[in-house]
Amino acid sequence: MAYDKFTVLTSTAVPLPTDNVDTDQIIPARFLKATEREGFGDNLFRDWRYDVEGNPKKDFVLNDPTYSGKILVSGRNFGSGSSREHAVWALYDYGFRCVVSSFFADIFKNNCLNIGVLPVTVSPEFADKLLDTITANPETTITVDIPNQKITLDSTGESESFDINEYKKDNMQNGFDDIDYLLNMSDEIDAFAADK
Amino acid sequence: MEKTTLFDKIWDSHVVKSVPAGPDVFFIDKHFIHEVTSPVAFLNLEKRGIGVKNPSRTVATPDHNVPTVDQDKTIKDKLSRMQVERLRENCAKYGIELHDLGSAHHGIVHVIGPELGITQPGMTIVCGDSHTSTHGAFGAIAFGIGTSEVEMVLATQCIMQSKAKKMRITIDGVAGPGVTSKDLILYVIAQISAAGATGYFVEYAGSAIQSLSMEARMTVCNMSIEMGARGGLIAPDETTFEYLKGKQYSPKGEEWDKAVAHWKTLKTDEGAVFDKEYHFDAADIEPMITYGTNPGMGIKVKGNIPTTEGMEGSNKSSYLKSLAYMGFEPGEAIKGKKVDFVFVGSCTNGRIEDIRSVASYVKGHKKADNITAWIVPGSREVEKMAHEEGLVKILEEAGFELRQPGCSACLAMNDDKIPSGKYAVSTSNRNFEGRQGPGARTMLASPLTVAAVAIAGEICDPREVFQN
Repeated sequence: MAYDKFTVLTSTAVPLPTDNVDTDQIIPARFLKATEREGFGDNLFRDWRYDVEGNPKKDFVLNDPTYSGKILVSGRNFGSGSSREHAVWALYDYGFRCVVSSFFADIFKNNCLNIGVLPVTVSPEFADKLLDTITANPETTITVDIPNQKITLDSTGESESFDINEYKKDNMQNGFDDIDYLLNMSDEIDAFAADK
Repeated sequence: MEKTTLFDKIWDSHVVKSVPAGPDVFFIDKHFIHEVTSPVAFLNLEKRGIGVKNPSRTVATPDHNVPTVDQDKTIKDKLSRMQVERLRENCAKYGIELHDLGSAHHGIVHVIGPELGITQPGMTIVCGDSHTSTHGAFGAIAFGIGTSEVEMVLATQCIMQSKAKKMRITIDGVAGPGVTSKDLILYVIAQISAAGATGYFVEYAGSAIQSLSMEARMTVCNMSIEMGARGGLIAPDETTFEYLKGKQYSPKGEEWDKAVAHWKTLKTDEGAVFDKEYHFDAADIEPMITYGTNPGMGIKVKGNIPTTEGMEGSNKSSYLKSLAYMGFEPGEAIKGKKVDFVFVGSCTNGRIEDIRSVASYVKGHKKADNITAWIVPGSREVEKMAHEEGLVKILEEAGFELRQPGCSACLAMNDDKIPSGKYAVSTSNRNFEGRQGPGARTMLASPLTVAAVAIAGEICDPREVFQN
């Protein structure tokens, strides 16, 4: 469904300096048994966040009150594995609107853009810089600017530009989704399908 | 004329429109759905007040969360039951073909599609499941999608996708005895890493690929996503046509001849350019096993777990975190490690050839006392064949427990879970932390290696087990 509009976001950020964070870690399969989209945030990173008895694990960043914000900065190859969109629903439901990494898995990236969570790909050096800075200074903010396709570490002013295609950029800024677009061209699709 | 790849030919013929500076509007021939990733898509259709555009292009089966015992009874787990019931309601409401629990063709979605002949060369196929790449074995463009895209396909028969880059992986030569297609793909993933093909669509080629059966090809294509690829495909040939001939949904009579004539044109032109190419020699490949928490962390069964030499930063810390989870040390041998569970099943290796391979290996032997051995056929059809061929008897005599079809312990959404801290050698596709249950330690291997491990009770090379 259509989602919130996203133009410029300034927020503190949560550091998760782990590579290959797969979607089974973001939301384990046993928590996928829902028929609605809401409520997945409670089980975001479930097995890293809670022990088997359900007690919060002190050493996991989401349980550390020092860190909070709408931006998650992670290690390389974020979102690999299963195509479950529930992983993005969980991030969104928890309160994240943007994930930053030097490398995203394909399907995850698509899923993010489809529900209005912005995946920002930065250089490995900038990712390390962001991780180091927000880890050391949790009050540091990051600004993600879609119109200018720019991500800035506000404390130092260092920034990088990021890629997003014009179509998705427009969708994100206006809260449109692909179905709106596809439904508007149903005659063209029908004509095409007639040959298939 | 421009030289094009098999991927180009299928992709380009399914583009309804290219959005300027955006993705392609991509037409989908076949859409598979299951109980876990479809309910929200149907719910959103209702919210928008729209229906399913072309129900005959969608096929459904419940597989992910279903129990693998007592399938004729009501599902005990309330949430699983709700999802399966919701799938039934949605299929009935919109007129979608459903292969329900207990029906003759129930099974894992990626097993029944090919089995019924629904999957055919040249098609575009999607499903809300990343292992949809399995269907690429038939020379189709098949890949996993998210629930928003499931909704798009239901509503419009199209999705918005940017065309992936093209990679070709060529494996020539002859693999030695005891080396299966699972070993080929685990080897490839270990070589190019779990993210090495991200952004690409892979074509598998070469004599070692061409010599594989359809089922073995499905195992290879199935795991394309485990190196990050959008999907993987293999050009159709006589093996493909032979497999499809006479299947329930395969074309018949004149239509068959016409179809085969078209399918024969589906191959990469000589001289077509790929964005990336890899070449491997099958003779270099040995039985493989994973030791870590992503499918790229694989080694020869006879090998040692890599040391941290040359690693630094988050690369090193992630590696050590992974080994700590597995309870392994850098540099040590994997052979001889004690194992608690073996699992034969999943969309990767839950087909009849896999079960035959395990049965032929364990025939006349008993599993080790420390091993719990589960075998879960990929479909009712596979289960039926296993009974008819006497494989079930052999397996039960060897101490394996046969369960009913479903995804089962591959992702542990149902009760088939490996307990925390226990080691499982599994024919499935993912060794992520907790994939087979919270705290479970998974090692991926071929059905043959799994059979050998079941007998030996520890990690071993299937080529050596019965030598003494």
